[in-house]
Amino acid sequence: MKHPGTKSVLRAGLLWLLPATFLLVFFYQPLLAILRLAFSPAFEGSWQGESTAQVLKPLGFTFWQAALSTLLTLLVGLPAAYLFSHFDFKGREALRLLSLLPFILPTVVVAACFNTLLGPRGWLNLGLMALLNLSEPPIHMLQSLPAILLAHVFYNTAIIIRLVGSAWSRLDKKLVYAAQMLGANPWQAFREVTLPLLLPAITGASLLVFLFDFTSFGVVLMLGGPQFATLEVEIYTQALYMLNLRLAAVLSLVQLACTLLVAWLQSRVSQLRYGKAALSAERANLRPPRGAAEKTFTVVMTIILVLLILTPLISLITRSFVTLEAARGERGQVQTGFTLRYYQELFQNRTGSLFYVPPIMAVRNSLVYAALTVVIAIVLGLLGTYALNQPWKANRIFEPFFMLPLGASAVTLGLGFLVTFRQPAWSVLPFPLLIPIAHALVALPMVVRTLLPALRSIPSSLRQAASTLGADGRRVFCEVDLPLLLRPLLVSMVFAFTISLGEFGASSFLSSPQTPTIPVAIYRYISQPGALNYGQALAMSSLLLMVCAAGIFLIEKIRLPGEELY
Amino acid sequence: MLEVRDIRKTYEGQTLLAGVSFEVHSGEIVCLLGESGSGKSTLLRIIAGLEPSEAGQICWDGADMSAIPPHKRGFGLMFQDYALFPHRTVAENVAFGLRMQQLPKPEVEAKTLEALRAIRMESFADRSVTELSGGEQQRVALARALAPDPRLLMLDEPLGALDHSLRLRLMEELREVLHASRKPAIYVTHDREEAFAVADRLLILHQGVIAQEGTAKELYEQPANAWIAGFLGLGNLVPGVVSALDPLTVQTALGNLQAHANGQRFEVGERCSLLLRPKDALIGTVSKGLNTLRGMVQDCVFMGDYYKLEVEAGGQKLSLFSGEPFPLGLDLGFHFLPEKVLCLKIV
Repeated sequence: MKHPGTKSVLRAGLLWLLPATFLLVFFYQPLLAILRLAFSPAFEGSWQGESTAQVLKPLGFTFWQAALSTLLTLLVGLPAAYLFSHFDFKGREALRLLSLLPFILPTVVVAACFNTLLGPRGWLNLGLMALLNLSEPPIHMLQSLPAILLAHVFYNTAIIIRLVGSAWSRLDKKLVYAAQMLGANPWQAFREVTLPLLLPAITGASLLVFLFDFTSFGVVLMLGGPQFATLEVEIYTQALYMLNLRLAAVLSLVQLACTLLVAWLQSRVSQLRYGKAALSAERANLRPPRGAAEKTFTVVMTIILVLLILTPLISLITRSFVTLEAARGERGQVQTGFTLRYYQELFQNRTGSLFYVPPIMAVRNSLVYAALTVVIAIVLGLLGTYALNQPWKANRIFEPFFMLPLGASAVTLGLGFLVTFRQPAWSVLPFPLLIPIAHALVALPMVVRTLLPALRSIPSSLRQAASTLGADGRRVFCEVDLPLLLRPLLVSMVFAFTISLGEFGASSFLSSPQTPTIPVAIYRYISQPGALNYGQALAMSSLLLMVCAAGIFLIEKIRLPGEELY
Repeated sequence: MLEVRDIRKTYEGQTLLAGVSFEVHSGEIVCLLGESGSGKSTLLRIIAGLEPSEAGQICWDGADMSAIPPHKRGFGLMFQDYALFPHRTVAENVAFGLRMQQLPKPEVEAKTLEALRAIRMESFADRSVTELSGGEQQRVALARALAPDPRLLMLDEPLGALDHSLRLRLMEELREVLHASRKPAIYVTHDREEAFAVADRLLILHQGVIAQEGTAKELYEQPANAWIAGFLGLGNLVPGVVSALDPLTVQTALGNLQAHANGQRFEVGERCSLLLRPKDALIGTVSKGLNTLRGMVQDCVFMGDYYKLEVEAGGQKLSLFSGEPFPLGLDLGFHFLPEKVLCLKIV
């Protein structure tokens, strides 16, 4: 089918119908609303030099913290990538899986982890207070830049390991040997051969990390503080607390422009590959570490990774089972020790609690939203994937149209929904339903990115063979496409599910006190005084952590070897 | 002069090299011939210093090289799939080794141009190596390996990745370049034709040791055992048992055949293999009834200069060359002269 007839154009159009309508209504309309708000003449007078400063300050800080975070992530990630791509050692697979876990963790969980480690009520401070007999927590790491940076490194090391590690492990070792045979010493061979060949992967991974650090919301909101507002946090604050929707809209557009620029650069760099010439089989370079230097490196790197990743996770889970301070209203005797109370309390609706419902309702809400998200994202993603796979020239325009939501931050999405669907014309739409829709928008590009390569890798000769053997169109789909797409479909479902469970940015705009989601509830509880609130936040975070850990484990099990996660 | 002494290496618990020893003299091209997986490439890497051996020595002019890292050994290695640097142009690939020697820039440029001219590829200088055809890549790889003037050149299946007709053409070219360079070289291949065409001396690597060494003519005329004759594709191998010694007579499924002992000692009752070369079959003429065989013609293929017959005799298929065609199904009589029938040891 080199020359598409009217029939195939019609088919592509039909496939596009649903996803395109969905995107137009729920992504482009809100985007337009933000655009209109930012440039509306009605506000003309209210824009002053002061407002420009209000844009530039968070913009500058966002760039600064993102650049710093990326640099630090590279510092940990590159040696780790070298470790995983070169050495085969006991526990390698477990360590690799562990190091991938943070990437899929919700921001609120990460924030809770670091809170239990470094916060005023965290292990480190409590331990030091007990040890040195202090009455005040000695370490003030929360509400500081180091806390944000640490969380970002924790989060994104996985990306460097995955992208650079995979490129490094597939780099043909013979090229390095060839350089040595031509008289290059090991350092020259690295500089002249390994580094230039890895550079596209390193730059691409760095830009991706930068992008995630740039759009980081939950971590900065919960670990930073008012003085560390990134664009995202500023949008949130201006829209929900200052009620300055105009400024929020302008910030959203600045944010969108920046992320699109970085995403465009990233996709350009990712295309810079040297083809098959530089590739070898995936595990070809793996061998046990030899000699004292390599063994020391393996041990030290393993310790660093375990410390970086496992400590915050263990800290969160253990802290959720331990009473260490008095709950609000329980003066005097503090019982320290093991407790299940924080988990039991999730089922109670206390008077004067933050929500009108027992916390466990947040879990129920999140599960319902996540299930809806999976349905919406998979149906639209599947349609969109097949539409993109049609031999239709207009798809060149449709692909970016489809992928653009990836560049928009969740907070921008929340803001857009807020200004669009709070209008009377939309009052028929139950507001909480917007949450799974927003989550589906976030998950959709991920779903398409997982399905499209899988669909494209099915040789058309398979379908042709099936039809010459007597299968009609529907049978071909059921007998050829579906079995081959099953794994990527399952992976995208798990992705959509965990994305929805952990999504915080858009949910924080859209959830009402009656319908909190888990991350929204965690955020509310953790910022409140009282051991009970804190404990409940930790209990919920621990549950969410478990679900996400199960998710990444599932993805790793389903995923075919060789498929990339991103 | 290179001396390889008693090199041993195990790979994943299996003995790969079980004490390999040989020498390469100045200006000599030695061909290392063996099946794939026999450890040829590993042996090259050990000589190059890219991989450690478990025992043995690599010496150059009597000096042990084991403590010397690969980049200081002054050996060149051309890799099986060339390992051209994909991020560099043709000229930059060729210049790499010269740059590593820290030669002044004009000299690097001059020598690069000279090397490219030698392979008639000066017009490709600024091309990316990923755009080259297989044959072009092969030539660039050879030029790159030769440019820094190594004292020993090693080639790992240099023509392995190419199709047959290109192979034949490049084989000639490679032989010319290697002989013109007068460098000692170790040429690894699994292809007999290639080895016979290029080598001054051949080494056959089998079961971790050098099973036989000699010139192409020596190997062809006097293979040391049945495996080597089979590996070199010298002809029909017929299993049998020695039944008498003087004259050497072997009992086979085809009948009792008198054979030539190939300079080796046999005992009565010893199992052996007879090598019957297709070109030595005398078809139609029967002499004294000695070594006379009968078989049914099953296939007859025109090969240009001769016909290739497939004949079934005594439950065995034999290939015979004939000057004239025979109809299928014909009961054909033929015989081999005893001095042309080689009796080979079984290893």
